[in-house]
Amino acid sequence: MTGRLPQSPAFAALDRAAAERILILDGAMGTQIQQLRLGEDDYTGRGSGHVCRHHSDHPQQGNNDLLVLTQPQAVEEIHYRYAMAGADIVETNTFSATTIAQADYGMQDAVHDLNVEGARIVRRALDRATAQDGRPRFVAGAIGPTNRTASISPDVNNPGYRAVTFDDLRVAYLQQARGLIEGGADILLIETIFDTLNAKAAIFACIQAMEAHGQALPLMISGTITDASGRTLSGQTPTAFWHSVRHARPWSVGLNCALGASAMRPHLAELAGVAETNICAYPNAGLPNAFGQYDEGPQDTAVQVAEFAREGLVNVVGGCCGTTPDHIRAIAEAVAQFTPRKVPEYA
Amino acid sequence: MLDRHLRLSGLEPFVLTPDIPFVNIGERTNVTGSARFRKLITNRDYAAALEVARDQVENGAQIIDINMDEGLIDSKAAMVEFLNLLAAEPDIARVPVMIDSSKWEVIEAGLQCVQGKPVVNSISMKEGEEQFRQQARLCLAYGAAVVVMAFDEQGQADTCARKIEICARAYKILTEEVGFPPEDIIFDPNIFAVATGIEEHNNYGVDFIEATRWIRRNLPHAHVSGGVSNLSFSFRGNEPVREAMHAVFLYHAIQAGMDMGIVNAGQLAVYDQIDADLREACEDVVLNRRSDATERLLDIAERFKGEGGAKAREKDLSWREWSVEKRLEHALVNGITEYIEADTEEARQQAERPLHVIEGPLMAGMNVVGDLFGAGKMFLPQVVKSARVMKQAVAVLLPHMEAEKAANGGGGERQAAGKILMATVKGDVHDIGKNIVGVVLACNNYEVIDLGVMVPAQKILEVAREQNVDVIGLSGLITPSLDEMVHVASEMEREGFQVPLLIGGATTSKIHTAVKIAPRYHQGPAVYVTDASRAVGVVSSLLSPSQQADYVDAIRAEYLDVAERHERAEAAKQRLPLAAARANALKVDWSAYRATAPQFTGTRIIDDWDLADIARYIDWTPFFQTWELKGVYPRILEDEKQGEAARALFAEAKEMLARIIEGRWFNPRAVVGFWPANAVGDDIRLFTGEDRQQPLATLHTLRQQVTKRGDRPNVALSDFVAPEGRPDYVGGFVVTAGPEESEIAARYERANDDYAAIMVKALADRIAEAMAEMLHERVRKELWGYGADETFTPQDLIGEPYKGIRPAPGYPAQPDHTEKLTLFRLLDAENATGVRLTESMAMWPGSSVSGLYIGHPDSYYFGVAKIEEDQARDYAARKGMDLAEVERWLAPILNYTPRKKDEAA
Repeated sequence: MTGRLPQSPAFAALDRAAAERILILDGAMGTQIQQLRLGEDDYTGRGSGHVCRHHSDHPQQGNNDLLVLTQPQAVEEIHYRYAMAGADIVETNTFSATTIAQADYGMQDAVHDLNVEGARIVRRALDRATAQDGRPRFVAGAIGPTNRTASISPDVNNPGYRAVTFDDLRVAYLQQARGLIEGGADILLIETIFDTLNAKAAIFACIQAMEAHGQALPLMISGTITDASGRTLSGQTPTAFWHSVRHARPWSVGLNCALGASAMRPHLAELAGVAETNICAYPNAGLPNAFGQYDEGPQDTAVQVAEFAREGLVNVVGGCCGTTPDHIRAIAEAVAQFTPRKVPEYA
Repeated sequence: MLDRHLRLSGLEPFVLTPDIPFVNIGERTNVTGSARFRKLITNRDYAAALEVARDQVENGAQIIDINMDEGLIDSKAAMVEFLNLLAAEPDIARVPVMIDSSKWEVIEAGLQCVQGKPVVNSISMKEGEEQFRQQARLCLAYGAAVVVMAFDEQGQADTCARKIEICARAYKILTEEVGFPPEDIIFDPNIFAVATGIEEHNNYGVDFIEATRWIRRNLPHAHVSGGVSNLSFSFRGNEPVREAMHAVFLYHAIQAGMDMGIVNAGQLAVYDQIDADLREACEDVVLNRRSDATERLLDIAERFKGEGGAKAREKDLSWREWSVEKRLEHALVNGITEYIEADTEEARQQAERPLHVIEGPLMAGMNVVGDLFGAGKMFLPQVVKSARVMKQAVAVLLPHMEAEKAANGGGGERQAAGKILMATVKGDVHDIGKNIVGVVLACNNYEVIDLGVMVPAQKILEVAREQNVDVIGLSGLITPSLDEMVHVASEMEREGFQVPLLIGGATTSKIHTAVKIAPRYHQGPAVYVTDASRAVGVVSSLLSPSQQADYVDAIRAEYLDVAERHERAEAAKQRLPLAAARANALKVDWSAYRATAPQFTGTRIIDDWDLADIARYIDWTPFFQTWELKGVYPRILEDEKQGEAARALFAEAKEMLARIIEGRWFNPRAVVGFWPANAVGDDIRLFTGEDRQQPLATLHTLRQQVTKRGDRPNVALSDFVAPEGRPDYVGGFVVTAGPEESEIAARYERANDDYAAIMVKALADRIAEAMAEMLHERVRKELWGYGADETFTPQDLIGEPYKGIRPAPGYPAQPDHTEKLTLFRLLDAENATGVRLTESMAMWPGSSVSGLYIGHPDSYYFGVAKIEEDQARDYAARKGMDLAEVERWLAPILNYTPRKKDEAA
């Protein structure tokens, strides 16, 4: 598979950095965008910013990925702030940039541009940051789960029904992955996986995109444990999840979102015990309150994430929903004193 | 530090660690391994099918094997449906699945449905290294472990050296070229039957065990699996010995490193508890320790036979000590003819009148047969053998009954349960199914009047009236017979018949009976009979004074409902106008295609057939279907329910086949032709010469008109032939096993051996089909030569892996039977082969096959399905036929009701 392809230079650079210290991933995008309090005209670019050349009859407010095209400066600024807060790896603003997820906004035609531009913007932000401090940084092309599940029926009366097939997902993800690579992503990050079959389709697509590109890129894979059952939404335990995605030979595997850091810990520990690759964790800033806001301050989150590091469970840490550049700065400072987890090798 | 263990998952993980000595893979969710599961899937009873899986998991299965490979099931759809439903059952989905199919497309569809890490069963180098690499890469991209069969271009590996050679080559390709994790590779080095009496087989057990040992030592981290039941194939019917052989084999194989396998855990003896003599004898065989091992195990096997199958009872003569009534019953149930004449005579001497023997012990015995058949404990071939015994017994009594009748001036006639007239309708020569139904009915004390084949309506009605029959049964195989049945029904109505009309045969269906036949016959019930096993139930309900009225009412109500639903469904189906269908024709890139020129144009007679050679090409699966044993050969032989019947049937078929070959019972003949050809619209024009100036004939083809989804084309056969301006060719053929078949069958019938009569016909059909397969291969490799580098084995050919097709007029790709006229004229087929066309365009003798050859690699088999009036008109104009006549021949595929002259009146 990709084992047959030449590796991109990012592999060696990442391995070198990861051998020295725990690497830092950026924090939430949505939280930062919310603070901009953008309206419909800002989203479409009709008010200020760039008018989107892709047309849709649907309202676009809330289509955060579209801002890559309509408010590129604002998006670049957020990435830049994360980079300066200490992030080694910064994610593109492309969580929902697939035809399947964009269908809700009628913006399927924009998908290719969203991904290419999404990667280019991060690249620009990181180049600016590196110009200041000389630290290498990496663009991670973010690939979200879409809003459909390939192994769960949305119709309780018809358990054999599927709203989306593996192949629908594969095609959508392939388009996304090719766009991200074209835009200059160093890493592909399949994240917030609640249904492993969706992730397997994404892996298949990433392999195809890399083959077309003629070079393998590091792959990061991150699942989501949704509740106290300790399983993914589609019912897998962390170890079963690892067995299902192990064939991708990812540069890292881990967990993100859903739970705050302390609730994530036992599942992360399970994964760290079985996975022969880097472990990556980026929890939410606690659980949302009654208003959907996250209350944990930067230090609260950082203390818990530092606990992962103290136990030797992690190689990469960052933040998900509710985290800010201040959280990332606090996390980076808190884990700096710990050595990264030793990746188990085969006997 | 980590060890390289096989790591799978469902909702929960499974790791094959060294403390698990052997993983037993559950195979009850395998349609080829479990008759019950197959039935549930065929009936789409997925709820119960899930229960089978659940039981298996509850009973400790660590992996469940899922296989939907069955001729009558849409395997791909069933695989997807079952896996999707299974995903919604957390207590089943917690274990990993093994996606098991011989078809890659089924495997791939399955891989797209599971979120866990499954095992693919299997891939191999059977089709060469390139396909193997490709499929392995896909397995890796989908995230699956693989079972790799020790199978390459030359076939399945039998010796230890071949097994090692293939596994080592596969391992090298997988790990070095594909990048497959070695711990995810499971080799299946083929377990074959030992103690078969064939010397070359003696070492098969050792070959497997030694290959296993070598693999585990030399191919790091790889695993070894196998299907164990094959090993003891020659001891079928003797379960205790089979169980002992399996236990001994596993004992040694596991020590050598076999760590997975498909074993029926309920049928496995405990190694230590096997009788010491038996264990030693089994070990001698499995380990090939002495040259007389097989004979010694055979000797000792008798002692351990226990409650074996029919074969066992046959040799055990203790039943000869029983009362004559019990002996007759035993002979009937077990199909033993050896003593039947003496026993019948003995019973006759004890009875007051000869008739009492029939009505007493013989009918009692046949009732037992009927009950066992009804309960699924006997299978059709066994019932037909019972009927043979019955007929021979009756033949003994008949002269005495005649004498008695003469003595007291009539009377004393046997009281049959009912009189049934059976016929294959005019224009059709196929009668195997009809004969089976006749035999089954006769077994159940019905008097059967069989008028044979090609029987005109008038003859049927005449005999029915004369003989005062209670039921008329019509049979037919080709599509024009459907119309002839409608005609017979209308004639029965016109002449005031009221007796039930039974409809059966391969092309008939409940829908056709409900929609086309029942509305023409109001005075009596018209009933579709699915298969022979249903015939007795249907007839007895129809003739029972107490059940009759309710039964007929229920049938009528059901058919009305079927007809209405059919009408609604048809109305809902969108069909395209012909012009739109043509616009969506298959677009072949002809610029990239250079047609190979055949060795000759014109025709050539092929008469150098060797029956033994033909026999190698026989596809046995349809043979078993003829006998209503539904399953894929060879796995049907191991089926838990039908296996015993299938093996007995197969053994006798092989025996008769050997006699056919040795005695040269048939004179197979064939004619083949090729002509320069080009597509002209929806037709294919043939030319006299390579200059393509002078047209020779036109082959007309029909185009699909159903609305297609996505970018699928509306295809016609002409789409596969190059248009004018580019050289292309089309071929044609007729093969026949020869006219001897019906003569030989008649001879058996006269000897009261319907079983042999049906057998010889069924084999003749298979021989004709095998000839067609063989000739097609010769055409591809030599006579036309576009596939000269093909290396398929006869078994491979069953899956039609080759390029090009051989569509036959009257079949789904060209439903117009009259195209056979053109084909026969082109080939001068009647003079060349002796095969004639009946007025319904059936071929006589029945064991004949004809068709066209199309060579383009993109060609495929398809069904034209229903067509509209615009195409029927266009087709009639192209063929120069009356619209009414075209409509008559294409009646089964018309999507509209033609205007009929007689209805206008």
